[in-house]
Amino acid sequence: MLQDRYTLAFRLYPYQRSADQDASAPVRHPVVVGGAGPIGLAMALDLGRQGIPVVVLDDHEGVGQGSRAICFSKRSLEIADRYGCGEAMLEKGVVWNVGKVFHDDRQVFEFNLLPEQGHKFPAFINLQQPYFERFLFEQIEAERARGAPIEIRGRNRIDAVEDKGDHVVLTVMTPDGPYALEAQWLIACDGANSPIRSMLGLDFEGRVFQDSFLIADIKMTSASFPTERWFWFEPWFKSGASTLLHRQPDDVWRVDFQIGWDVDRKEEMKPENIRRRLDAMLGADVEYEIVWSSIYTFQCRRMRKFHHGRVIFAGDSAHQVSPFGARGANSGLQDVDNLGWKLGLVIDGKAPETLIDSYNEERVYGADENILNSTRATDFITPKSKTSHMFRNAVLDLAEHFPFARSLVNSGRLSVPCTYDGLSLNGPDALPGGPARTRTGSACPDVPLDDGFLLARLGGGFVILSINADAPESIEEGGVTARRLVLTSEDDPTGVLAERYLGAARSAVYLIRPDQHVAARWERFNDDALRAALRKACGKN
Amino acid sequence: MAKLLTSLNIPAPDDFYETLIRAHEGLSDEDSAAFNARLILVLANHIGDPDVLGEALEAARKPAR
Repeated sequence: MLQDRYTLAFRLYPYQRSADQDASAPVRHPVVVGGAGPIGLAMALDLGRQGIPVVVLDDHEGVGQGSRAICFSKRSLEIADRYGCGEAMLEKGVVWNVGKVFHDDRQVFEFNLLPEQGHKFPAFINLQQPYFERFLFEQIEAERARGAPIEIRGRNRIDAVEDKGDHVVLTVMTPDGPYALEAQWLIACDGANSPIRSMLGLDFEGRVFQDSFLIADIKMTSASFPTERWFWFEPWFKSGASTLLHRQPDDVWRVDFQIGWDVDRKEEMKPENIRRRLDAMLGADVEYEIVWSSIYTFQCRRMRKFHHGRVIFAGDSAHQVSPFGARGANSGLQDVDNLGWKLGLVIDGKAPETLIDSYNEERVYGADENILNSTRATDFITPKSKTSHMFRNAVLDLAEHFPFARSLVNSGRLSVPCTYDGLSLNGPDALPGGPARTRTGSACPDVPLDDGFLLARLGGGFVILSINADAPESIEEGGVTARRLVLTSEDDPTGVLAERYLGAARSAVYLIRPDQHVAARWERFNDDALRAALRKACGKN
Repeated sequence: MAKLLTSLNIPAPDDFYETLIRAHEGLSDEDSAAFNARLILVLANHIGDPDVLGEALEAARKPAR
């Protein structure tokens, strides 16, 4: 029967018997999402806001305890803002910009993320994952009140998945026993150990890192640290081979000790042993309370394909990275952002089913970028041979004195949105003198306008962004509409629009996808070119 | 005046670092040390300029603390 695998931070969706359990034949739904973690909830929100009926199944009744993913990137905040809960995250989150890197007892260098002006959201906030999930859930409730067809079923565990070609049949276990359910599409958002992936016998290959990390979230009562990210290589206090200190909301600090591969987990998790490490680091006179602790290991790996017939994998179920660089939950949100509109068009019959192949293409590309970066950071933090250890420490020694070596210090390359360079949905990049950062395939950077910000004005459909250029109010092509957003230099008091979207060009016409990636750009509007790019972005030739 | 570049001059530092560490994969400690010695000589010859090489030796000698 159903057993709790973890305790809840927030009980949000208690089990309720569904009419589907009493139906004489299995009821078919357009979309079933497996797992109500952050990625599953975001997926439901994306689809539900489009009016696509979605049922989310989770074997628990709410959000699990533990801070887990704590670093949310600008892109994640922008995606959440499109869903309606970005501001709640920003308000609760801790904004940080300064990082310090130490080796033994010396500060090697200090960096400042130097947040670029002219964005609604900062480069990063720190926020405990349960808060993020709760904000998503509250937004789902708000959307439901407005009629969004989203249903979350707690204590509904998927026990079997059967691929029937044009749909899947699920066997779902509940406190009242099992029932069958059909889905035209199943989105597996059931985490790194994805039961759905196992049920389908699918691969998940990559590199295992032989190291364990001990997380202690602590609330300090007698001392405090600044709102900065501190990272120690081989710290003098010897509590780990490396140590990270990072601030979260509610005056909680994340301390992350690298404790080696052959550890006795049960022994290490004893409060007195966690305190021994913390006391060595903080000093015996500092008083604190341990809020949460956990030991984790990780792998850098992905499924070969994220899309198998009518089953699509998103987030950790499809790819897993080391935590260095904040590329886990942040990349999962980009998966959702990428998949949502494509699935919406396919279900509405406005795009061919093959459009989903581009989800696989684009997000595998994104996953490989994340795996590369997080693997490199891990190799730097936990060198695996005497020679790589010697090079690592040589870099740290030189970094104290020479700027070039600071660029080689890698305690995590922080998540930035993926640019889909050269992939199938891209149209022309035909804006001579246009900025590289807004080339075709890139995620649109924000811009402050007279009233608010650009990304909020773009919203979630296809947009023809015209800057100092003529264009029709909207274009419809094969059932898909792109509406125009008119901007001129007069809307650009700060000059940021010109800097980010015009460069040396005088005018520009951008075709922007619903996930706010650039599909194509030109200097002037051309009806044929725009229609061709719109077709291409929808997977039609 | 100083001729040695100490600001970043490698276009993709993470790519380079990975290539460097990879080059040592599978080598014994002794073979790695020998590899490094050959690498230094190859790079030194490429640089050539005795002033730069002198400053580089000085930079590497700089105590860590």
